[in-house]
Amino acid sequence: MRKLLFQNLLRWPLTVAAPAPSASALAELGAQVEQAAQRRLGRSLAIREVDAGSCNGCELEIHALNNAYYDLERFGLHFVASPRHADVLLVTGPVTVNMREALERTYHATPDPKWVVAVGDCGRDGGVFVGSYACVGGVSEVIPVDLHIPGCPPNPMQLLEGLLALLQFQKSP
Amino acid sequence: MMNTGSLRTVLESGQPIAEHRPWPRVIVTPEIWNALSKGLAGGVWTLLGLWGEAGMAHLAVREDATGLLGVASLPCPDGRFPSVGRWHPPAQRLERAMADLVGLQPLDAPDSRPWLDHGRWPLRHPLGRAAKPTGALPPYRFLPAEGESLHQIPVGPVHAGIIEPGHFRFTANGEAVVRLEERLGYVHKGIESLLAGATIERAARLVGRVSGDSTVAYALAFARAVEAATETTIPDRAHWLRALMAELERLANHLGDIGAICNDAAFALMLAHCAVLREQVLRASAACFGHRLLMDGVIPGGVVTDLSADGAKALRALVAELRRRFPPLIELYDNTASLQDRTVGTGFVRPALIQQFGCGGPIGRAGGRAFDARRQPGYPPYEQLEFETLTLTESDVNARVWLRIREVEQSLALIERILERLPPGPVRGALQQPGQPCEGMALVEGFRGDVLVWLRLNGDGTVARCHPRDPSWFQWPLLEAAIEGNIVADFPICNKSFNGSYSGHDL
Repeated sequence: MRKLLFQNLLRWPLTVAAPAPSASALAELGAQVEQAAQRRLGRSLAIREVDAGSCNGCELEIHALNNAYYDLERFGLHFVASPRHADVLLVTGPVTVNMREALERTYHATPDPKWVVAVGDCGRDGGVFVGSYACVGGVSEVIPVDLHIPGCPPNPMQLLEGLLALLQFQKSP
Repeated sequence: MMNTGSLRTVLESGQPIAEHRPWPRVIVTPEIWNALSKGLAGGVWTLLGLWGEAGMAHLAVREDATGLLGVASLPCPDGRFPSVGRWHPPAQRLERAMADLVGLQPLDAPDSRPWLDHGRWPLRHPLGRAAKPTGALPPYRFLPAEGESLHQIPVGPVHAGIIEPGHFRFTANGEAVVRLEERLGYVHKGIESLLAGATIERAARLVGRVSGDSTVAYALAFARAVEAATETTIPDRAHWLRALMAELERLANHLGDIGAICNDAAFALMLAHCAVLREQVLRASAACFGHRLLMDGVIPGGVVTDLSADGAKALRALVAELRRRFPPLIELYDNTASLQDRTVGTGFVRPALIQQFGCGGPIGRAGGRAFDARRQPGYPPYEQLEFETLTLTESDVNARVWLRIREVEQSLALIERILERLPPGPVRGALQQPGQPCEGMALVEGFRGDVLVWLRLNGDGTVARCHPRDPSWFQWPLLEAAIEGNIVADFPICNKSFNGSYSGHDL
């Protein structure tokens, strides 16, 4: 193990440079986030991921945000285990009817101020699952959404752009 | 009463459906249906699937000795059929799902509770004679576990990690788990309903999103079922590119799983390194085929993107890089006693249960079940590739890690071999127009195990009915057995060593 750790000290970091925050995401946020909320939070944002019926594709790419290439935590963004500790809910999936109540309860368990980011084409409007008896179709049908990150699934860079836009908007209103 | 004989003789006693390919489907009597149920219970055959449509129940079985596959269909004019789960427990959840979705009731079933229907949908029996719910479903009753010092721990559907939703009800005696009962169905998206009437293009996209981590395996199974139904032959190069994509998917998922299992033993170093290797596989996949998870790459008729010379070079570089970086990680796993202390002997599943449930994938093979759909029934180009079906017998978390490690090495070798032998030529061809209703079926080995897709096409080429069956159906129940007697704190590592699909199971 020591050899492996030592080698890593000598290797260049794998981590890529930060992308510019997504312009469209900034515009969407500008209309929705209140100034008061921005002053009350520090730079650090705690994210709680909620799968509301996704195929697991979005989860795989959200996971990838934690790998050495994207290293989400360097931006002060980190995933937490409980909605009670969260500032941001990252919601995926076309919101299945069977998950609707769980999503609502998770939202209400998250203290204010909070933001909701809907991830993926499903999170935006139900994606390929539109029209099913078992899907509500889009996160905003159930809880208020501040930002959409489309894609099927969005890749980690697109996720990062969206989240950085959230962070930047919060820093300089 | 025919409770003996080979699967062939049993199927020959039914009335064959000519348009079903490549394996036989026959209409059977309740007597033959029961004989099949008892043969499954006796371990002569393995259950592959159980699904329904209005007025008809279908049972797919495999004969282990001969490798023969077949589907038996029982007409159920009164909406009832003799329970298979009564004789063969692995069929129980499938029957419960069938009762929810199609409205076919299993007679004398040991468990008649709903499974996917949580009483929230705007209609009942969406795949059968759909109707508005007439009243609320009774509250869900978990199985009892009684005793003076027992307590319950409800977990989910929203979990602490970045994972899919499902509910786990633990009954524990102090730290030791006495019973775990799973309650799934939270991510039921009604995919089978959406598939009915869909064009082949739309259906391929939907089936490729049944379980996002297995998108290649699902798309491949769907494509092969369509090609079987329409008797379409695809170009040789397409077969090889499909296998290449399937092995990339297996590689990415196994690397992710090995790291994640170790992380659940609080050994984050393995996760950090495995996640880097996984990312390299995804980047190479995106560079070669235009999508990190390879979604929508495999379509009926072939594949969408051909592999360029640069792509082949990038994949060779990837294999070389993984061959350099992976062995030190294996050594690290092998030599870290504190990590092995968490994995060896944890989450043991009796090999007899694995056999009974026909549990596939690394879980099955780590428990001695030498089944791999790439070999049996097999599909091109794997019959031209040399590889053995790897098995272990310990059937614990450690064995599941090692099985995946060996399969990573195997996939690397397969990718190299495929790149060497990739034949030239086109990568997609036109589908034959069916002209009349036809049926097809395929069994494909995903990273998690065997994915089954059965479908019927209308004469105009649209999908009449399609049933995708995830390998998790026969793995989730075994997780309940694996955790018994383990401590509550070891549940995450046991669960991760299974990595069952919620979305694939809930459909």
